[in-house]
Amino acid sequence: MRLTLKIWRQPNSAAAGELRTYQLDDVSEDTSFLEMLDMLNEQLTGTDEEPVAFDSDCREGICGTCGVMINGQAHGPEVTTTCQLHMRSFSDGDTITIEPWRADAFPVLRDLIVDRGAFDRIIQQGGYISVNTGSAPDAHATAVPKKNADRAFDVATCIGCGACVAACPNGSASLFLGAKITHLGELPQGQAERDTRVVNMVAQHDHEGFGGCTNIGECTAACPKEIPLDVISQLNKDLRTAMRHGL
Amino acid sequence: MAVTGLIFVGYVLAHMYGNLKVFAGQDSFDEYAHHLREFGEPILPYEGFLWIARVVLILAVIGHAYSAFKLWHRAAVARKEKYSARRVAKSTLSSRTMRWGGVTLLAFIVFHILHLTTRTITPGSNSDSPYERLVAGFQPERWWLVLIYLVALVALGMHLRHGVWSACQTLGFTNTAASRRRANLAGISLAVIVAVGFALVPISVLFGIVD
Amino acid sequence: MTETTPPTEGTTAAASDAEGFFRLGEPIADTKAPRGVPIDQKWTTRKFEARLVNPANRRKLSVIMVGTGLAGGAAAATLGEAGYHVKAFCYQDSPRRAHSIAAQGGINAAKNYKEDGDSTFRLFYDTVKGGDYRARETNVYRLAEVSANIIDQCVAQGVPFAREYGGLLDNRSFGGVQVSRTFYARGQTGQQLLIGAYQAMERQVAAGTVEDFTRHEMLELVVVDGRARGIIARDLVTGEIQTHLADVVVLASGGYGNVFFLSTNAMGSNVTATWRAHRKGAYFGNPCYTQIHPTCIPVSGSHQSKLTLMSESLRNDGRIWVPKKKADCDKDPRDIPEEDRDYYLERIYPSFGNLVPRDIASRQAKNMCDEGRGVGPEVDGVRRGVYLDFSDAIGRLGRKAVENKYGNLFDMYQQITGENPYETPMRIYPAVHYTMGGLWVDYDLQSTIPGLFVTGEANFSDHGANRLGASALMQGLADGYFVLPNTIRDYLADGPFEKIDESHPAVVEARQSVENRVATFLNTKGTRSVDSYHRELGNIMWEYCGMERTAEGLRKAIELIRTLRDDFWRNVKVLGAADTLNQSLERAGRVADFLELGELMCIDALNRRESCGGHFRAESQTEDGEALRDDANFAYVAAWEWGGDGGQPVLHKEDLVYEAIEMKQRSYK
Repeated sequence: MRLTLKIWRQPNSAAAGELRTYQLDDVSEDTSFLEMLDMLNEQLTGTDEEPVAFDSDCREGICGTCGVMINGQAHGPEVTTTCQLHMRSFSDGDTITIEPWRADAFPVLRDLIVDRGAFDRIIQQGGYISVNTGSAPDAHATAVPKKNADRAFDVATCIGCGACVAACPNGSASLFLGAKITHLGELPQGQAERDTRVVNMVAQHDHEGFGGCTNIGECTAACPKEIPLDVISQLNKDLRTAMRHGL
Repeated sequence: MAVTGLIFVGYVLAHMYGNLKVFAGQDSFDEYAHHLREFGEPILPYEGFLWIARVVLILAVIGHAYSAFKLWHRAAVARKEKYSARRVAKSTLSSRTMRWGGVTLLAFIVFHILHLTTRTITPGSNSDSPYERLVAGFQPERWWLVLIYLVALVALGMHLRHGVWSACQTLGFTNTAASRRRANLAGISLAVIVAVGFALVPISVLFGIVD
Repeated sequence: MTETTPPTEGTTAAASDAEGFFRLGEPIADTKAPRGVPIDQKWTTRKFEARLVNPANRRKLSVIMVGTGLAGGAAAATLGEAGYHVKAFCYQDSPRRAHSIAAQGGINAAKNYKEDGDSTFRLFYDTVKGGDYRARETNVYRLAEVSANIIDQCVAQGVPFAREYGGLLDNRSFGGVQVSRTFYARGQTGQQLLIGAYQAMERQVAAGTVEDFTRHEMLELVVVDGRARGIIARDLVTGEIQTHLADVVVLASGGYGNVFFLSTNAMGSNVTATWRAHRKGAYFGNPCYTQIHPTCIPVSGSHQSKLTLMSESLRNDGRIWVPKKKADCDKDPRDIPEEDRDYYLERIYPSFGNLVPRDIASRQAKNMCDEGRGVGPEVDGVRRGVYLDFSDAIGRLGRKAVENKYGNLFDMYQQITGENPYETPMRIYPAVHYTMGGLWVDYDLQSTIPGLFVTGEANFSDHGANRLGASALMQGLADGYFVLPNTIRDYLADGPFEKIDESHPAVVEARQSVENRVATFLNTKGTRSVDSYHRELGNIMWEYCGMERTAEGLRKAIELIRTLRDDFWRNVKVLGAADTLNQSLERAGRVADFLELGELMCIDALNRRESCGGHFRAESQTEDGEALRDDANFAYVAAWEWGGDGGQPVLHKEDLVYEAIEMKQRSYK
């Protein structure tokens, strides 16, 4: 197929960026979206134009490195990561607009690459269970009801790609935050720090400059791991409980 | 946002109940309006209850608007550079129109108070009987007034549709898929009940069912 | 540096196929595993003998950690908790994205929760046997010994392992063993374990003991007075070349499967950290031991940038087959009657069936396709694929149960191929997945450079010539949480070492060499892209140093690689500047190192004229085509010393001594 690509080019975070238009021919529908960009980059290198910088690593949908806005949708039209999107989702002659995640908490580093360090800093504020190596009891010491274990797992599948932020009209990271709160809150091991965790992580989230949640639901539609919206409710509930406990 | 919103939901339902008295005739409606002023007497002074309600509502409006503008501002600074292409995936129109819808409702409330509470604008009649003012206002020759009210009710319905669901979510009541469905259903039901319930009055007057 | 003698008659081994490509050096041996104590006492003894560092002194001791996957992340967290000052580097934008995340199937541990006859000794035995008796016994025993602690630690961290209805942990049996000792979190075990280690590490970042340097890549090792004392790293965002100095350096930078270009590794996985250390004197152990994973999605065309693995847990319930008749190969598999299907693994290996070790499953798939019975689209005239069929399992367990176990893998398959595996059998084919080789380390995980420790896939130590399923996660976390933190203290007990600053000649030299290299890439201004070189190198490696290797092919590969490398340095085209985020420049450095590593892998494969585990030499097979080991000549670890640019690498042999178990010909029939 033949494609017209409009791609955001920006040399670094300080410089201004713009959409530039490229033509790409002979794209097979079995090609993945990122392999299509690889092809474009080979073509650009051939004509002495610097290749488009974009993030990707595992290319099997699990590391969360890749992620761009494709025609205004985070990770494109399918419920998956950008790397698992294949060109069979597009048609010959299509024009595809490709932009980086846009959020002030995710500054653009170059072209389609953004800095998601804010997510790490949110985790640093309590997205863990404090247990030093070697101090753990036997794994079977505490049974975890399957229902809780399953819910913890379902939300622990978050890959931290940032699509929720990119898709949210408010630029909020509540889905990411809620997923971690719910994961650890479902497990008996996570109870001791449950109140402080939610309070500190929410404070860091707000401090990073993410927007507030208005429960619109675009995040969960964009989430490649289909994290449900109820993690945000859980987040709010935990926050309310923590406030009741005087935190 | 959620708490103040729920105060409005309660108020709006009570208000609608009162409005529907119009179908019981002029006496019943005017009696109801008058009784509101005497509610709680003699423990409360005349109009005491009404003023308590008004103060609560004003505070709620302030709180609601403050939270709304704060969220609006946060969203604006959270993404200063906008997308040049944007496609909506799943969100409802109601959820995306909360802000301008809210502004519309605020403007309407001001108009509504000027119209039927302070009687600053008096389309049709400035009678002391609320019933007469109402019936005179919504006569066919003042179709524009009916239209203003109907537009406001659509805005209110949409605001409630997302607002009720969103409040449940914000208060942490929706931790399962089933409870999320229920909250959504509650939002839709309340939106329809309130919008239709209020709309019955001007429409009935317009078509001469109430006169 | 080392006394060397040419490999002629008179050396113990028979004349090597690789004669003329290398020099033979002095033998090498591990000196850290305690001698004279039974194998089950060695680790306890070593932990006791390893000196302690006073808590007050730990703050003054700094550790550089390169790589933050399971091995690096776990070690950074643990050393941080102990109070050392850790600087952790990763090329990814967050430690949470290290490629450990992609491991799907599970993690082994000798918990014996199923009471099915498992024990530390059995896990040890299975791992040594699975590795085809080419791993160091003492290291493997320790791995099995600490395996149970890993599960305890991870559960305490909140890793959501699969559980049974009673709330206790579930286990499954996994690739090549007959007990159920594999703990798993649906098909995302690596992800969940890594997130656990990542969270523990981020906790230490908040506590101030760990500093993280994301989007930083180590480009050179700094060795001062024979000790590893730091690294030169490039900030991948600003392009700044930085010097970081410390008391000890740990490499946890993963494997080098990307030398094949197409592999299941992440796009960024590379050998640079370990290769740079190798060039500075760290020996490289068994570089030719490559694991080809049997259950990957077949190549679909020339645009392909990577291959996708699907957990071999799929082999627990899926049945592998090809048509008996070549004529059936292009038919819809559902139309091929049962009697015309050849469930070849069940036929050839009746007791293990579809659960034979990875190397065997891979090679048999290749054999079937070479016979012309492969399925799927023809690529270059051959159908390279075999069926992995779940219709039996769906019939037996129901679709829902299959979905619960493998749902995400099925979805992934459908996403990539556009075919629905619930309805039509999957097509699979082997792909490069893991490299058992890596920097040579002793029992303490210390390389031949004092002060340079190597953990996880980056070292060579625990898997021999083939890694069993669910062992990589076990090794990464064993090294990171439990082994390294105990052994490194023996080294650090001598610290803090003499302070050095950036003006030290060794530091200046290392930094200068990095700057020169970057400048060379940018100034070559040739005509070919970095990726095109990488792709060509990959083709050479897969063709001649892949699933089946021959002396003739390997010699040819060495020539081709040398020619390609020469061309690379003359004709590579890297656009852009040094002081910006420049992905072509990053890749150029990685490919340059792969071009050197590839040659060493071929030399190692050429020298090892035996078949063992993942290394199959066509010249060494039984009559029915099984791998044939040559214990008399090759029961050793090949530890290669860098021979200088243009020089020949030097082979140091570490004899493999088995005291606790007997070396046997591996049989899965």
